This record gives sequence, C-alpha cells and structure tokens, in this order.
Amino acid sequence: MSEIQNYTINLGPQHPAAHGVLRLVLEMDGEVIERADPHVGLLHRGTEKLAESKTFNQSIPYMDRLDYMSMMCNEHGYVSSIEKLLGVDVPIRAQYIRVMFDEITRILNHLLWLGTHALDVGAMTVFLYAFREREDLIDCYEAVSGARMHAAYYRVGGVYRDLPDSMPKYEASKFRNAKDLDRLNSNREGSLLDFIEDFANRFPGIVDEYETLLTDNRIWKQRLVDIGVVSPERALQRGFSGPMLRGSGIEWDLRKKQPYAVYDKMDFDIPVGVNGDCYDRYLVRIEEFRQSTRIIKQCVKWLRENPGPVIVEDFKVAPPKRDDMKQNMESLIHHFKLFTEGYSVPAGEAYAAIEAPKGEFGCYVMSDGANKPFRLKIRAPGFVHISAMDEMVKGHMLADVVTVIGTMDVVFGEIDR
Amino acid sequence: MKVLRNYIKSLFLLEMFKGMRLTGSYLWRKKFTIRYPEERAPMSPRFRGLHALRRDENGEECCVGCKLCEATCPAMAITIETGPREDDGSRRTTRYDIDLFKCIFCGYCVEACPVDAIVETRICDYHFEERGENIMLKDELLAIGEENRDRINSDLSAQAKYR
Repeated sequence: MSEIQNYTINLGPQHPAAHGVLRLVLEMDGEVIERADPHVGLLHRGTEKLAESKTFNQSIPYMDRLDYMSMMCNEHGYVSSIEKLLGVDVPIRAQYIRVMFDEITRILNHLLWLGTHALDVGAMTVFLYAFREREDLIDCYEAVSGARMHAAYYRVGGVYRDLPDSMPKYEASKFRNAKDLDRLNSNREGSLLDFIEDFANRFPGIVDEYETLLTDNRIWKQRLVDIGVVSPERALQRGFSGPMLRGSGIEWDLRKKQPYAVYDKMDFDIPVGVNGDCYDRYLVRIEEFRQSTRIIKQCVKWLRENPGPVIVEDFKVAPPKRDDMKQNMESLIHHFKLFTEGYSVPAGEAYAAIEAPKGEFGCYVMSDGANKPFRLKIRAPGFVHISAMDEMVKGHMLADVVTVIGTMDVVFGEIDR
Repeated sequence: MKVLRNYIKSLFLLEMFKGMRLTGSYLWRKKFTIRYPEERAPMSPRFRGLHALRRDENGEECCVGCKLCEATCPAMAITIETGPREDDGSRRTTRYDIDLFKCIFCGYCVEACPVDAIVETRICDYHFEERGENIMLKDELLAIGEENRDRINSDLSAQAKYR
C-alpha cells in the first residue's frame, strides 16, 4: 500500500476570492486545512523607500495607495506623524473635517468589505447594494478633493481646501424627464454638508436592509459562526487591532484610548464581540457603521456652525492663499520654496497611529533635519492579521479559507506596501 | 417557548422570506443606475482628470516655464525645457511633456502653478492605441486647453475662493 501524503495546493495569486494578490500555499488533508502559508510581497512597491527620496508632502498621494480602500485614513496617519515632529497645531475646523472624512472612509471601507465578504460567501445582492452607497460617499470624496479614490486631501497642518458649498448635479439627458432629474438631484441642492447629513440620516435604514439580508440568514450563519475563532489572549499576542481585536471581545479602540484629532469630543461607543468568530467580527463592523454615522452627524453639526481656517497659517509649512501669492512678493517666495524644496523637519523621531478601518495604522518617521524623511516605517494592520492566517484556518475546510480571508479584510496595498 | 419560536422560525424559512421580500421590493423602486456614455455621474469642479495647458484671452500661452510643476511632481511625470521663443525671444517652454503612465493625478502641479497654466480637466475617459501616445506633448496639452476652454475657466473661477 502506498503512503498517503497530504496534498498541497496553491490558492491565488490570481483567484477571485484572494482579494488581490494573496498567494496561499495550503497543505490539505482531504478537504481539511493542515497548514496555511500566506506568501506576501507580490504588490510590493517600496513605498517606504520611495518616501526617502521625496519631500514630506510629495509622499501624501502615495499614502492613498497603501490601503486603497481607506485612503484618507492613511493620509491622516502619515500627516499626523509629521505634525507631531514639526509641532504644528492643526486648526480645529481641519480636525473636524479630518474626523468626518475618517469616518466616511471607515464606512467606505466597511461597505466594500461587507460587499466582497458576502460575495465570497455567496450572497450577491449585498454587494450591489453596498456599491450604491459607496457611490454617494465617493461623490463626497470627489466634491472635496477632486478624486474619487486617491484623494490627496490631507496636508501637513490641515486639509487642502475647505468643504465646497455646492454639490455637482446630474445634468439633463434624453433618458430623464424633469421630474426624474429633480428626484436624482433632490439631495444635491445644498452644500456638501447637507449631502452628507442626508446620507447620515438615510444610512442607518440602509444598514438595516443589509442586516435583513444577512444577519439572521441561515446560510450566512452556517458559513460564519464558529469559523476562524480567535481567543482574546491570542488576539493580543498576535498584535491584532481594529475590528479583528474587538471581535474577540477586547475593548480597544485608539479613538477612545488615545484620542487624536477631536475624537475626545465625539460621543460614540465601541462595539465588541463575544466569541471571536467571523460572525462576531461581522456584527462588530455592522455596528461600526452605525457609530460612524453618529460621529459624522456630530461633525456636520459642528462644521455648519463654525467656519474658519482649514490649514495652518504658517507659510513655512503650508502654502499661502493663491490671491495672496499672486500679489505679495513674500508669499510668492514662500510658495516657490514650498513647492520646490518643501519644508525641513527638525531632527528626531515620531510615531503617530490612528484607528484606520482595518486596525491601527501608524507611521514612524525619522528625520535628520532635512526636507525628506530619513526613514519612514509604516505599520499596516493587515500585515499582522494575515500572519495569523495559519492559526485561524487550521482544521477548517477549504471553503472556510475564503471566509477567513474575507473577515480579515485584507488589502494588499498596505500589506506589501 | 423560545425553542418553539425558533423552531417555527427555522421551519418556515422566515428570515429567507424577509430577505426575499426586501430584494423583491427593489423591483418596484426607482432605478439608481445611469446609462453611462449618454448620461454621466455628476462631476465636481475640483475633478482631477486629463491635464491641459491654458492660453490667456489674447491667445498667449500662460505657462512661463518656472518649472514648479516639474519640481513638485511626486511621480516625476513632467519634463520641461525652456528657451527663448524664436519670433519674439520671450522665455517659453520649448518642451512640456507629461507622461500619463507615470502621472498619479494628485493635482500637485495645479496647486503649484503660480499662473494657473496647467490645469486638470474633467476628461476622464480616454485611451491610447499606440506606444508613445501616453506622453502628452505641449501641443496636445494646449489643444485640450483650447477645446475645453469654457469649462476650464468656469471650474477655475468656481474654485478660486477655496484655494
């Protein structure tokens, strides 16, 4: 009788459920996973090294492309580490805008996560509905920064521009009568803040719809409950953060524990799971939708009442206003200096972390006093989570690997960097 | 009692029918899709699409060849050479190339330009058929600027107060 060996298969890097370029080498005993070995690095672009040859501001657009599902959160992490080193005070309005867009980003990210996770598990409808809501939020991105995804909106010392006081509207076409057009444009009549508020009012009802489709659904529960269980102790030991950690029942959220920007003025709760399985992590993220909506509403209310500057008026760090630059010699010089050589950051090191949708996203900047970082280290939450792959899928079936990849919310832009 | 309720729930597929009632209700709701090439999604005046070089109202090109955009471009997509123009000897760019494969559409060139010469238009659907077409030459950039003159000017004035 021949010896029975375990079977080794490759999942990915070209696999629709691998979320990008994940390559998993799976050692299988029949259909049961004995060992999972994630191979990462296929999307490595050398962002950290690239940052060393660019001025501080030039790296901001590259931060969007790390975790390309939560763009502005990455920018926030990077920008706040430099601000820490520089010691600039960000105007309060800019901080509120940042918090609002961090939460919009969180919803954006979780919507994509929910859609693709459900799609991987076998539910198509949620994917289509989630993308409808993403469209509205991406319109907010576009209205404020001009790009639908890679915003490059945050700057050291604030944000680039103030929120627009009008929203772009649908234009007439031969497929729409006037009434139809009015319906489409009904929430676009006012400012961006009105649009966001309208969304925030609508959104909890839409989350209920997602829950109707998924939460009690027996197929969804059969696929998720008791899959990929992580005990609270193991979650801590593995360095989990974000919903992965909270799903295991540990109440840890940087927004509460180490408040940055104006999160200490916000009223919101941290959801935690009980069992630490995929279903609990799903519930945690669904609750984060609702909490993010609460934060957005508070920000909209504050931003409506308090106009003001959105970027620091220190022309050594942030460029002067355009009108000023065109009429004032000194401002023109500042403008030229900033866009050619940038600003120098005092020698030193700083680490700033924010609660990105996936977990703790941090940037460690070392400066030797030049206008470029000496070294930039990016702490990506996804990298830590994917290293627990083996532990989470061991003993499960092959089909559960897809669920576990989905629940980790991996995005390879940040893992491979 | 709870066991009985759960039994009835699972026997009659209640949660399944709830979900199907929701998806079924979408049959009668207004559609939220648009018919793309004829209809377009709303576009913000801040939109960052294909680049263009502007000319002023006299037909003179705005760019003065200060090379700020070249210096600030994170992707090093812009190449500029300057020199005196042949007919009047004024300092102009003799070469202004943007490599659209390198460009990451961050908008830093627009931010940097002190004379609003380079702008990013609303054009977002274009393609290349031949190798080398990705490098936009100065003439092409100026032509895009002329073609979309009104749109570019209205977008610029709409954004002036924010910048």
